[in-house]
Amino acid sequence: MRHFKSMVVLNEEVSPGYARIRLTAPRVIMRAKPGQFVMIRVSEGIDPLLRRPFGIYDLGSFMPEYPDAPLQDYLEVLYKVVGKGTRILSSLHHGDYLDILAPLGTGFTQGNPEEEKILVGGGVGLAPLYFLAKQLVKKSKVKVFIGGRRKEDILSVTEFERLGIDTYVATDDGTLGAMGLVTEVMESNLANGDAKRSIFACGPLPMLKSVAGISERWGVSCQVSLEANMACGVGACLGCVTKGRNHSEQTPDYRCVCKDGPVFDSREIMWE
Amino acid sequence: MKKPDLSVEIAGIKMRNPVMTASGTFGYGEEFSPYLDLDTLGAIVTKGLSLAPRAGNPTPRIVETPGGMLNAIGLQNVGIDAFIEKKIPFLRNLNTPVIVNFFGNSIDEYAELAARLDLVPEVAAMEINISCPNVKHGGIAFGVDPKAAFSVVKAVREMTIKPIIVKLSPNVTDIVEMAQACAEADADALSLINTLTGMAIDLDKRKPVLANVTGGLSGPALKPLALRMVWQVSRAVKLPIIGIGGITNAIDALEFMLAGATAVQIGTANFINPGIAQKITEDMELYLVKNGITDVKELVGALEI
Repeated sequence: MRHFKSMVVLNEEVSPGYARIRLTAPRVIMRAKPGQFVMIRVSEGIDPLLRRPFGIYDLGSFMPEYPDAPLQDYLEVLYKVVGKGTRILSSLHHGDYLDILAPLGTGFTQGNPEEEKILVGGGVGLAPLYFLAKQLVKKSKVKVFIGGRRKEDILSVTEFERLGIDTYVATDDGTLGAMGLVTEVMESNLANGDAKRSIFACGPLPMLKSVAGISERWGVSCQVSLEANMACGVGACLGCVTKGRNHSEQTPDYRCVCKDGPVFDSREIMWE
Repeated sequence: MKKPDLSVEIAGIKMRNPVMTASGTFGYGEEFSPYLDLDTLGAIVTKGLSLAPRAGNPTPRIVETPGGMLNAIGLQNVGIDAFIEKKIPFLRNLNTPVIVNFFGNSIDEYAELAARLDLVPEVAAMEINISCPNVKHGGIAFGVDPKAAFSVVKAVREMTIKPIIVKLSPNVTDIVEMAQACAEADADALSLINTLTGMAIDLDKRKPVLANVTGGLSGPALKPLALRMVWQVSRAVKLPIIGIGGITNAIDALEFMLAGATAVQIGTANFINPGIAQKITEDMELYLVKNGITDVKELVGALEI
């Protein structure tokens, strides 16, 4: 993990209320694994005070605009404008600087390439799944299931399709794709196949809980990437913990989402 | 110009500079080693330790507030056995004093912990947490009652020859009275302040944001209150003081020293910038050089009124 100053290269809306920001990063960022995240300090001041965690959406390199410059590596994150921190983020322009810790946490385990890889995501939960898909498609058959309330909440369909991935969409109001829950679409798809599969999910907690249940029913291994309020992102504050499956008052089992996660085997977690 | 002298001494603990890390914000040190050189710090204070491991509170445990944050971690920690077995080996290799913060549910537990820590050579000093506001039996009764505080410190004193620092709570009417009780019980130093009890409310849900309902407020929002308390205590009690509360840079740290602190602890700022403690030591030195101050100790209590 590294602590660095980063320059905003682009910051653009990808759907109403959602944006993608590209940030310069040191070379070592290329070693980041899908599922790992970054902590961004959006202002030098004390309000907002804490960093904000974001999953890595993409990595790459670009040619700077001045002559003979070496390639510059970058990382990208997707964000939804929800509060003070992300509002500030959305106001930044090319040339602005941010303070970043990255990469943090564990990544997804990609497993046996023979398996069909089922990706399920909602909202900005798509971010780590896109990064993951880019690596998985090199060796495996990949399907992605994208869910949201309305069509504005469905992100990155074009990007997934461009990778040659079968892309399924569901919205609560039917404004894009099937009407209903993405988890239902995914489960009926699971029912139609018999290949050996594994599931990778990231999104709102109720969705992840449902995916975990489906994976149990079908006996398919499943990794989930959790979200949590975080202060430090490095395992020190213990603010972001989640309960392990065998947690009880007598035998407590709290896992740090930031350090032990954010990616967990769905069977390791207590789903409440 | 000669390099200024940043070293300070608190109750016999020699520190290369006055910048320490606050308990609960710096894990067991190891978590921060990728971000700074631990051997540039004055001292490390480890996460509050209890006899048995503790699970801590349900979530949400933290929430950001303007200029600060509330936490109700609930004193989650590995317990003394795992601390000695798993955390001490890393700390042993450091060239920086390790101060162990601890708490008990009863005077006997405080005494037992002190007796055990007394035998651990890597422990340079103990910091008694009498003030964490999160857990019903986590010490709050000791932290707000001068008689109870006196009893705890006295019980610990009998168990150890190592220096004892008592960490004071701001959740009291008169912090000077608490400080005096600790001094009478033969504490070697005082650290202040711990978090101030607060709460955050979600209007639409009509619910508290934290599962624990209340939590401890920390961060820059706390600094003026902490400065005032350090100043009051330093005028009333002879013990060396470690100033804590919302310090995010060297200027904040030096203000606490003017108010009477011999050293400071960096807390919430570690969460924002894991390398901040080292940066503060460097900036402190720069300030001294720029202002022709040869010894940081000249600033301790040098507030002019």
